[in-house]
Amino acid sequence: MGNTEAVFFSRVLTELTLSFHIIYATIGVGVPLMIMIAQWVGIKKNDEHYILLARRLARGFVITVAVGVVTGTAIGLQLSLLWPNFMQLAGNVIALPLFMETFAFFFEAIFLGIYLYTWDRFENQKKHLLLLIPVAIGASASAVFITIVNAFMNAPQGFDVLDGELINIQPLVAMMNPAMPTKVAHVLVTAYMTSAFVLASIAAFRLLKGSNHIYHKKSLFLMMKLGLVFAIATALIGDFSGKYLAEYQPEKLAAAEWHFETQEGAPLVLLGVLDGKEIKYAFKVPYALSILAHDNPFSEVKGLNDFPEDEVPPLYIHYMFDGMVMIGMFLLFLSIVYVFGKVKKFKFISSKWLLWVVVMGGPLAVLAIELGWWLAEVGRQPWILRGFMRTSEGATTSEHVDLMLVLFAGLYLVLGVGSIVVLRRMFRNNPVEQELEDRHAEKGGDFS
Amino acid sequence: MTLEIVGISVLWIFLFGYLIIASVDFGAGFFNAYSLLTGRQHILTNVIQRYLSPVWEVTNVFLVFFFVGTIGFFPKTAFFYGTTLLVPASIAIILLAIRGSYYAFETYGSRGHKGYSFMYGLAGLFIPASLSIVLTISEGGFVSMIDGQPVLDYWGLFTNPLTWSIVVLSVAAVLYISAVFLTWYADKAGDSKATSLMRKYALIWALPLMITATGIIVELRDHNVEHYNRMIDFWWLFGISALMFIGTVWFVWKREKYGLALSLLIGQFALAFFAYGISHYPYLLYPHLTLYDGFTNPTMAIALIIAFIAGLGLLIPSLYLLLRLFLFNKDYVRGKRDNHV
Repeated sequence: MGNTEAVFFSRVLTELTLSFHIIYATIGVGVPLMIMIAQWVGIKKNDEHYILLARRLARGFVITVAVGVVTGTAIGLQLSLLWPNFMQLAGNVIALPLFMETFAFFFEAIFLGIYLYTWDRFENQKKHLLLLIPVAIGASASAVFITIVNAFMNAPQGFDVLDGELINIQPLVAMMNPAMPTKVAHVLVTAYMTSAFVLASIAAFRLLKGSNHIYHKKSLFLMMKLGLVFAIATALIGDFSGKYLAEYQPEKLAAAEWHFETQEGAPLVLLGVLDGKEIKYAFKVPYALSILAHDNPFSEVKGLNDFPEDEVPPLYIHYMFDGMVMIGMFLLFLSIVYVFGKVKKFKFISSKWLLWVVVMGGPLAVLAIELGWWLAEVGRQPWILRGFMRTSEGATTSEHVDLMLVLFAGLYLVLGVGSIVVLRRMFRNNPVEQELEDRHAEKGGDFS
Repeated sequence: MTLEIVGISVLWIFLFGYLIIASVDFGAGFFNAYSLLTGRQHILTNVIQRYLSPVWEVTNVFLVFFFVGTIGFFPKTAFFYGTTLLVPASIAIILLAIRGSYYAFETYGSRGHKGYSFMYGLAGLFIPASLSIVLTISEGGFVSMIDGQPVLDYWGLFTNPLTWSIVVLSVAAVLYISAVFLTWYADKAGDSKATSLMRKYALIWALPLMITATGIIVELRDHNVEHYNRMIDFWWLFGISALMFIGTVWFVWKREKYGLALSLLIGQFALAFFAYGISHYPYLLYPHLTLYDGFTNPTMAIALIIAFIAGLGLLIPSLYLLLRLFLFNKDYVRGKRDNHV
C-alpha cells in the first residue's frame, strides 16, 4: 500500500471514529447540564418529578458516557497512530490544551462516579446537586479545550517557521487563535441544544406511546424551553462563525456557498445542484451572503476563482451547510411554536402530529451536529494545519490502516447497537409510573 | 533537575498509577469470570462490583493522561511510536473499548449475562499483553529506519523470547496485584470466604511473577547490553523490591496485616518500575530516540508543568474525596449502603 492509500484510509478511519464519537460526546457535554437543571428545578419547586427526571437521565447517561469515554480514548490515540507526522509538529505548539482536556476529563470522571453512587447517601438533595456542578463543568471544559485544538488546526498561530524549524512558540497565543471563540461557543451551545431536543424527543415519544403521565409533560416542556434558548444562541453564534470564515478562511465559506466570482452584494445560494461550474435549481437570496459575511449588503465577498485550484475544498460541503442551517432554523421555529403555544394554552400543543414533529427533532439535531462537523472538517481540506501542512504530509506510512478500519467499524457497530439495546431495555423494564410507585413505597414520597 | 527529567518523571508516575489501578481492575474482571466458570461467583461478585463501580472511568483516564502527556512533553514519540504501534495499539484500544462499555452495559443493562462476563475477563488479560509490547519495542532491535520512516519488524517481535517474557510478566503481575488488593478489600469488607479465595490466588500468582521478572533481566543481557549494565548498577533498588515482595507473600501466607502487605506490594512495584525506568535512561526508543532529542520546546514544557501543577491541585482533593466516600468508607465497603443510581 502506497502513501496515497494510507492517507485515504487514515482519513476514512478518523472520520468514522469522530462521526461516531461526536454523537456520544455531544450528549456527554449537554446532558449533565440538563440533569443539573432538572435537579435544581426539582429542589426549587419541591417537585419529585424533576428529581426523578434527573435520576433517570443520570442512569441513561452512564451508558452514553461509557461509549463516549472509550471512543474518545480511541480518537485520542488515533491522532498519534494515524497522523504521526502531524502530531510531531503540532504537539510542539498545541499540547497545552490537549493536556488540559485530560484534566477536565479526569475531574468529570471522578465526580460522575461520586454522583452516581451517592443518590441515597445525603439527607439533603442540595448536597447531591453540588456534585453535579463539577461534572457539568468538567464535561463542558473538555469540549472547550479539545475544540481549541481543532480551532488551532483551522487557524494556526503562536509560532514561526524558520528553515523548517518551529521557533518563537507561544502556547497561549496558539490557544487564543481567531477560530477559537466562535468554534468553542458554537460547539457548546449546539451540544446543549441537541441534548435538549433529544430529551424532548424521548418525552414526546413516551407521550405518543400510551403513557399520559404528567412527568413526561413536565419533561417535554422543560426541554423545549431549554431547546429554545440554545437554538437562539446557536443562530446568533452561527452568524458570527460566518463572519469569522469570511475574514480568516474565505475559501471554506466560498466553497460552502458555491460562491465562484468575487463580487459585491453577493447572493446566498440555497439548495441547488452543481453541474461543472453551473449552479442549477437553486434559490438565490440577494445580498444575503454579503450580510452574512460582513453585515453589509454591498460588501465584497471573495470567490473560489481567486484561490489556487489545489487549495479549494471539495464543493459538496455546500449540501452539508444547507442541511445544518435548515435543521437549525427548523428547530428554532419548532421550539418557538411549542413554547408560545404552551404558554398560551393552545390546543394543538397536545396534538399527535406536533408530538411526532418533536420526536423527529432529536435525531435531526444529531444529524445537524454531524453535518456541521463534516462541513468544518472537509471545508479545511486539503490542509491538516491550514497554510502549513497538507493532509497527505501528516499521515502515517504504516501499511495496515485498511485492516484497522475494518476492525474499528466492527467495534462501532457493536457499541452502537449495544448502547441502543441496553438503553431501551433499561427504560422499558422500569417505566416512570413503576419507579414513582416504588419510591413512594420506600420513602413516602419525600424527596426534598 | 532538567525539564526533560521532570517531564518523564511526571509521566512515569502516572504510568505507575495506571499500572496499579488498571491491574486491580483487569485482574478483578478475570477473577470474576473465573469464579463464574467454577461456580464460585456468589463469593466474589459483590466485593468486586462494589469496588469497581465508582472507579472504572477514572482508571481509563490515567491511561489517557499518560499518552496525551507523552505527546505533549515528547512530540517526537508520535513519529516513532505512532507509526510503529498502529496495529498493537489499535488492538488495545478495541479491547479497552469492549471492556469499558461492556462494564457499563452489564452493570446497568442486563446484570448477570455470562457472555459479557467472560469477554470482560478475557479482554482484561489481553490488554496488558498488548500494551506491554510498547516496553519490548522500547528495548530496541525491532524498529528499523527505512526511507527515513520507522518500520516495525513484526516477525522478529513475535518470535523473540523477550517479548513473550514481558507479556507473561505483565499478565502475572496483573493477577498478583489484583489478588493481593482484593484480599485486603474483602478482608476489610469482613467477607472471610472471599478473603481466603483471593489469598489463595495471590499466593498462586506470586510464583510466575518471580520467575518471569528474573528471566527478563537475564534475557536483557543478550538483547540490550547497555540497559542490562545500567540495571546492574541499580541492583540495590531491585534488591529492596525483592525483599518487599517476600514481605507481602509472608503476610498473606500468615493471614495477617493485609494492609501492610498491600503497602509492601505497592512499594515493591514502585521500586522495580522506577529502577527499570531509570536504567532505561536516556532512551525513549533504543537507539533511535533519547529523552533529549524528543523533548518539546522549553516554553511548552514550562506551560505543561504549570498546567500539571494546577491540575493536580484540582485532582488530588477530588481523588481523596472519591477514596473517602468509597474505598475507605466502612459502610460502603461492607455493602451496608447500596447507593446505586
